[in-house]
Amino acid sequence: MTFIILNRLFQAVLVLLFVALISFLIFRFVGNPVENLMGQEATLAQRAALEEALGLNDPIHIQYFDFLWKAVRFDFGNSYRGALPVAELIASRLPATLELALTSALFAVIFGVFMGIYTAINRGSVITNFILSSSLIGVSLPTFLIGILLIWLFSVELNWLPSFGRGEVVDLGWWKTGFLSESGLKSLVLPAITLGLYQMTLIMRLTRSEMLEVLRQDYIRLARALGLTNKAVYFFHALPNILIPVITIGGLQLGSVIAFAIITETVFQWPGVGLLFINAVYFVDIPVMSAYLLLVGFAFVLINLIVDLSYFFIDPRLRDSELKDEA
Amino acid sequence: MERFFRSDFFYHFRHAPVAIVSFVTIILIILAAIFANFIAPTNPFDPASLNLMNGFTPPLEANEFTGERFLLGTDDQGRDLFSTILYGLRISLFVGLMAVLLAMVMGVLLGLIAGFLGGWIDSVIMRFADIQMTFPSILVAMLIYGVARGILPPEVRYEMSIVVLIISIGLSEWVPFARTVRGSTLVEKEKEYVTAAKMIGLTRQQIMLRHILPNVLSPVLVIATITFALAIIAEATLSFLGVGVPSTKPSLGTLIRIGQDFLFSGEWWILLFPAVTLLALALSINLFGDWLRDILNPKLK
Amino acid sequence: MIKHLLISAAIVTASFATASAETVRWARAGDSITMDPHAQNEGPTHTLSHQIYDTLLHRDMAGAIIPSLATEWAALSDNPNVWRFTLRKGVVFHDGSDFTSEDVVFSLNRAMADGSEMKELLSSVKEVRAVDSHIVDVETNGANPLLINNLTNMFMMDKGWSEDNKVTTPHDVAKGETNFATMNTNGTGAFMLVSRAVDEKTILKANPNYWGKDIYPNQVTEIIYTPIQSSATRVAALLSGEVDIIQDVPVQDLGRVSASADLQLATAAQNRVIFFGLDTVNGPTANLKVRQAMNIAINRDSIKKIVMRGQSDPTGVIMPPFVNGWTEALNQHPQYDLNKAKALMKDAGYSNGFDIVLNCPNDRYVNDESICQAAVGMMAKIGITVTLDAKPKAQHFPIAKGGEADFYMLGWGVPTFDSHYIFNYLVHSQTNDRGSWNPTGYSNADVDAMIVSLESETDLTKRDDTIAKIWAAVQVAQMYLPIHNQVLNWGMRKDIMFDVQPEDTPLFQFLTFK
Repeated sequence: MTFIILNRLFQAVLVLLFVALISFLIFRFVGNPVENLMGQEATLAQRAALEEALGLNDPIHIQYFDFLWKAVRFDFGNSYRGALPVAELIASRLPATLELALTSALFAVIFGVFMGIYTAINRGSVITNFILSSSLIGVSLPTFLIGILLIWLFSVELNWLPSFGRGEVVDLGWWKTGFLSESGLKSLVLPAITLGLYQMTLIMRLTRSEMLEVLRQDYIRLARALGLTNKAVYFFHALPNILIPVITIGGLQLGSVIAFAIITETVFQWPGVGLLFINAVYFVDIPVMSAYLLLVGFAFVLINLIVDLSYFFIDPRLRDSELKDEA
Repeated sequence: MERFFRSDFFYHFRHAPVAIVSFVTIILIILAAIFANFIAPTNPFDPASLNLMNGFTPPLEANEFTGERFLLGTDDQGRDLFSTILYGLRISLFVGLMAVLLAMVMGVLLGLIAGFLGGWIDSVIMRFADIQMTFPSILVAMLIYGVARGILPPEVRYEMSIVVLIISIGLSEWVPFARTVRGSTLVEKEKEYVTAAKMIGLTRQQIMLRHILPNVLSPVLVIATITFALAIIAEATLSFLGVGVPSTKPSLGTLIRIGQDFLFSGEWWILLFPAVTLLALALSINLFGDWLRDILNPKLK
Repeated sequence: MIKHLLISAAIVTASFATASAETVRWARAGDSITMDPHAQNEGPTHTLSHQIYDTLLHRDMAGAIIPSLATEWAALSDNPNVWRFTLRKGVVFHDGSDFTSEDVVFSLNRAMADGSEMKELLSSVKEVRAVDSHIVDVETNGANPLLINNLTNMFMMDKGWSEDNKVTTPHDVAKGETNFATMNTNGTGAFMLVSRAVDEKTILKANPNYWGKDIYPNQVTEIIYTPIQSSATRVAALLSGEVDIIQDVPVQDLGRVSASADLQLATAAQNRVIFFGLDTVNGPTANLKVRQAMNIAINRDSIKKIVMRGQSDPTGVIMPPFVNGWTEALNQHPQYDLNKAKALMKDAGYSNGFDIVLNCPNDRYVNDESICQAAVGMMAKIGITVTLDAKPKAQHFPIAKGGEADFYMLGWGVPTFDSHYIFNYLVHSQTNDRGSWNPTGYSNADVDAMIVSLESETDLTKRDDTIAKIWAAVQVAQMYLPIHNQVLNWGMRKDIMFDVQPEDTPLFQFLTFK
C-alpha cells in the first residue's frame, strides 16, 4: 500500500517535470529572450553579454534545472507587458479565477446531482424529457455564444445582472473576494452559469445513469420490500452510493474548469488568470504564458493525485488491487 | 446488407423516432456540405465575386443599393449567408471528422497496447494521458498555433490553421478512447479465446488487432460520435479566440464569431442562421450518440 | 469579529462612493501599460497619465495650443535657439510639495533618458535650464520653431518624490523592467490615483488642491476606469447602465446606443488616418503601375458606407485634416475605376494578377480586419489573389515595422499636428534615427534632405512650401494607399456633457453634468 502511494507520488512528480519541460521549451525557444529584452539597435557585443548574463550559453539541461529551481521559488521573471513580476501578477489574479471555478463547480454539482436524481426517479415524465433535451442544447452550443446570449438577455434586455467584471471586491489583505458584497455575488451569476453548464450536464447524466444502476440493485429492492418509503430509499440508500463517483468526476473537472475559464473570462472581462493568459498570448508575453501552463499543470496533477488517493482510502476494495485508472 | 436490415440494431433504430430524426438531420447536413457547390447559389470563397454593397441585406429583402435578394440575407462583407453556411459546414465537418479520426486511431492503438502489454508501457502511456488531460484543447491549440505561426510562412496560413485545428482537437481528445479501450482490453485479454489464440501461436499484433480490437469497438463508436460533436464545438470556440480559419474563408465557428458582433445592432440573421445550423448538427450528433450508447450498452436500458 | 466589522465598513464606504452622483464609470478596450509617464508613447497609456499628471501646454478642442503648467512661452528674441517658459505659480503636487522650475528641468531630462519612449520628441533639445524658480529655458540645437508641438504629452514629475523613490529614470518596458512609478504616481493633475489593478480596475479621486479648480468645471469627484476588451460586453455594459462612458462604441452599435433613452453619442473627426503600405523594392508592388492600379481598385465609398456605416472620411492622402500641410486637393480621394485599374495591371505585365499576403491588425483600429477583408475582395477583381493574415496588434506591429510585409495596414495619428511627424516616421528612408515606420523601401535623397531641413527652418512660409513639395513626391510614389480618417464615437449617459477630443483623450476636469 505504501508502495502504491509512493509510486503515485513519484509519477505525479514525473508528470510535473514533463509539464515544466514543455513550459521551459516555450520560454526558451518561442520567446527568444534576447530579442525581447534588447532593442533592435543593440550591438552584437551587447547581445553576447546579455546571453552570457542570462545563462543562455549554458548546456540546455543546466538551463532547464535553473528554470526548475526558479519555478520552485515562484520566480518567473517579469511580464513583458505589465513590467510586473509574473508571480505577483498571477497571485493577484488567482482569487478571481478560483472563486469563479469554485462557484461554477458548486453550481454544477448541486444542480447536476439534483436534476440527475430527479430525472432518474421520474423516468419519462414531461419535466424529465424537458431537462434532458434542454441540457443537450446547452452542450451543443459553444460556451462563448452561451455567455453572450446570457449577457444579451439578462444584462441588456432585462437589466437584472451585471455583464462584466467582479463588482465590488473586499480586500482581506491576502485575498480579494467578491463573495462579501451584493454586486460581487450578482456579478458571479452569469459567468458561473456559463462556465458550469457543461459540467452540470455531465454530472447530471452521470448521476442519472449511476442512480438507474443503483436502483436495480438487490439491496434497494430489499429496502423497498421491507416497506421503506421512496424518499428514504432514494436519499439514505441510493444517494451515498452514487456520491463517490460523482464527487470524483466533479473534482477532476475542477482542473479543466480552471482552463476553460479562459473563454468565460474573455467574454465577461473577468479579471482572472484565464484573461491574463489570453492577453499574454495576444501580446506574446512569454513569461506569463509559460508560468500559466505550469500553474494549470500543477493544479491538475494535484487534483488528480488527491482524487486518486482519496479513492484509495474511501473504497477498501481498491487497497488490494491496483489503483483505478478509469477516473 | 440483408443481415443489417434484419438485425436487432436496425429494429431498435426503426422504433426510435429521436434516433431517426437526428440521423436524417446529420445525413442531410453532411450531404448539403458535400454538394455545396451545386446547392449554393454563389461561391462565397471567391472574393472576386463579392460585392461589398450587398452587405447586411436582411433575409428575403431586396438590398437598397443593388436590389439583389438573398434567402438568408448577407453578412458584413456582402456574402450570401446560405452559401457561406454551406461552404463553412464543409470546413467544420472536415475538421471535426479528421480530428475524431486522429483521436480515435491514437487512442485505440495506445489503449490496446497499454491494456494488452501492461507493465511499464502501460504506466508510461497512462501518465501521458494524465499530462494530456492537463492541457485542454484550447491550450494545446493555442500553443501549437503559436509555434506553427512562428515557423511557417503566412502563404500557407489557411492550410496551416486547418491542420492546427485538427491536430490540437485530435490530440486533446484521444484520452477517453485510450482509457476505454484499455479497460475493455484488460477484461478481454483474460478471456478464453485470447488464451486459445496465444496457444496456437498467434503474434501479439495479430491477437490485438484481429481478436481484441473488434470486441472493444462498440464503446469506441459511442465515444467517437460524442467526440465528433465536441470537435465541431471546439472548432467554433477556437475561432472565437482567434485561432481558427481566416475570415475570408470562414468555417461555421468563424461565422458565429463574426455574427456575434451584430447581436445588439439588429442584424440578427448573421448570428442566428449559423448558430442554428451548428446547434442542429451538434444536437443531432449528441442525440444519436446517446441512443447509440443505450443500444450498445444494454445494461442501461 | 473586528475583521467582520472592518469588512462591513469597507462595503458601506464602497457603496456610498458608487452612489454619489459625481462618480464617472469609464471603460475602453485597452488598459494603460504603465503609470510611469515617460516609459511609453502610446495613446491609452497617455490617456490615463493625463488625468494624473500635467504637461506644460495642452491643446483645446480645435487643436490650438493653450496654457497648462506654463502660462507663457516664447522663443527669446535675441536667441531663436532658446524657448522660455513661465510657470504657473501656486501649483502643488498631490503629496503637497511645490511645483517649480527644478521639477521641469528634472522631468524633461528624465524624458530624454535611456528607457524613455518620449526622447524622439525631444531629440532637438540641447539643454534645459532653470532661470529662476518659475522660469525655464529650453535650448535646442539650431532653432526649432515647432518644439512646443512636442510638449503636449510631456508630463511633469516631482523631482524630490522621484529621488526619494529612486525613479529618476523611466523603466524600460521592453526590457521587462519595473520601478516604483509603474504603479505609484505623484502629479499635479486634476485626479489622484487611489488604487490600480492592471487590466482590472483603476480608481481616481479628485485632487482637492488642483490648480485648475477655478478654471475648469471639475464636477467629477471620482473616476472608476475599467478596460473591457470584448466589444459586445463593452456595449452591453453601457446599454445596461453599468458604465457611464465608453470611448469606442463599435460602429454597428451606434444606432442602438443613440436610440437608448438614457444614452447619447458624441461624435468628432479623429486625428488618425488609416492606410495600406506597399513594398516598393521587391515583388510586383515594386512596379508603380501596380501600386496605381491597387489605389484605384479600392472602393473607398463602399468601405465607408458598409464597413464603417458612414463613420469615416475617405481620403487620398495619409494625413488627417488637423495637420499643418493638409489641403482639400490632397484630401480628394482617387476615383474608383475598375477598368483603368485592369488596364494598368496589363501595362505592368500582370494581366493574370499575382499572389500577395496582406498583414492586418485585428484589435487596433475601427473594424481593421473588416476593411482588410473588403480589400481582399476588391483586389481579387483586378486579379490579385490576397491572403489575409490578421492578428493582434502586438504581433502585427513588429511585422509592419520590420519590413517583412509586402502589403500591410497601418494607422497614424499626428500628436504634433505637423506634417514633419508623418514624414520623419513614414517617408524618410529607413536609417538609425529616422524612417522607423517606413518599411516600404521608399528612399529619395532629395526628399530626405527636405525633411531634415524642416526641423530648423524658421521661415514658416518657406517651410510650408517644402512640406507641399514633399507631399507631391509622396503622392507620385504612392507607396501608401490611403483609406480614410477615423471618426470618434464616445457613448455616454445622457446627462453628461463632454466634448470629444480629436486625439481620443478625455480630460475629465472638463466634463459637466446637466
